Amino acid sequence: MDVFFYIAAVVAIISTVKAISGRNAIHSLLYLILSLLAISVIFYLLSAPFIAALEVIIYAGAIMVLFIFVTMMLNIGLERETEKKWLKPRMWIVPSILAAVLLVNLIFAVKNIHPIPPDEEAILPKQVGISLFSTYLLGVEIAAILLMAGVIGAYHLGSQKKKVKHRFLEIK
Amino acid sequence: MLTVPVGTQILFAGILFFLGLIGLLVRRNMIFMLMSIEIMFNAAGLVFIIAGTHWKQPDGQVMFIFILAVTAVEVSIALAMILQVYHHFKTLDSDAINNLKDQN
Repeated sequence: MDVFFYIAAVVAIISTVKAISGRNAIHSLLYLILSLLAISVIFYLLSAPFIAALEVIIYAGAIMVLFIFVTMMLNIGLERETEKKWLKPRMWIVPSILAAVLLVNLIFAVKNIHPIPPDEEAILPKQVGISLFSTYLLGVEIAAILLMAGVIGAYHLGSQKKKVKHRFLEIK
Repeated sequence: MLTVPVGTQILFAGILFFLGLIGLLVRRNMIFMLMSIEIMFNAAGLVFIIAGTHWKQPDGQVMFIFILAVTAVEVSIALAMILQVYHHFKTLDSDAINNLKDQN
C-alpha cells in the first residue's frame, strides 16, 4: 500500500517540476494534469475517494480545460513552425513513461487491493455531506455568493469593450 | 491501510507547495504563474486531506471542497484578466505591465 503512495508522489513531483520548467504552455499544462491525477491517486490512498473523484473531475477536468482553452486562444496563428517540433516523438517519451507508471500503479491497485472497508477507516462521502450541510452551511452559502461574484466578474472582464476612438485617431 | 508516516505525507505536500512557489517567483509568463498558484492551492488542500485522514474527521474534506470553489473562481477571473492584458499589451510577460500609467 505504501509503495503506491511513494510511486504516485514521485510521479507528482517529477511532473510538477516539468510543468513549472517547461517552455511550452500546452506541454506544461499536460504535465500539470498528470500531476493532478497522481495527487488524486494519493487522495484515494488517504481514504478520501470522493475528493479523489472531485480532483479528477473539477481540477483536471474543468479548470485545466479552461487553461488550455485560454492558452490556445492566445496562441492563434502565432507559431506555425514550432508545431513541427512538437510532433517529434522525443517530446512524448517522458510524459508517456510517467503516465504509464501511473497506469501500472492503477492496475495493481485495482487488482490487488480491496476497496476501502466502509466500517472503520474511511471517511465516507455521506459524512462529508452531512458535515458540509450542517456545520459548514454558512460556508457553503458564502461559497455560492463567491461563485456568483466570480461568474459576473468573469463575464464583465471577458466581454470585449467597444472602441470609441476612430481608428485613424488612435495613438500607436 | 496506508502506513506512511504523517510527516512524510506533509513533506510531500510541502515539496509540491515549494515547487509552486519557485514557479511563481521564477517564471514571468502569466499563464505559468497562474499554474504555479494552482499547484500551491492544491498542496494546501492536500495538507487538509492528510490532516482530516489523520484525525478521522470529515472537516478536512469539507475544507478541500471550499478550496476547490475558491480556486475555480480565482482561475476564471484571472484568465479573463489575462485575456484583457493580452488584448492591451500583446504579451503575457508580467514585467511588461508594471506601469501604472499608459506610456503613450
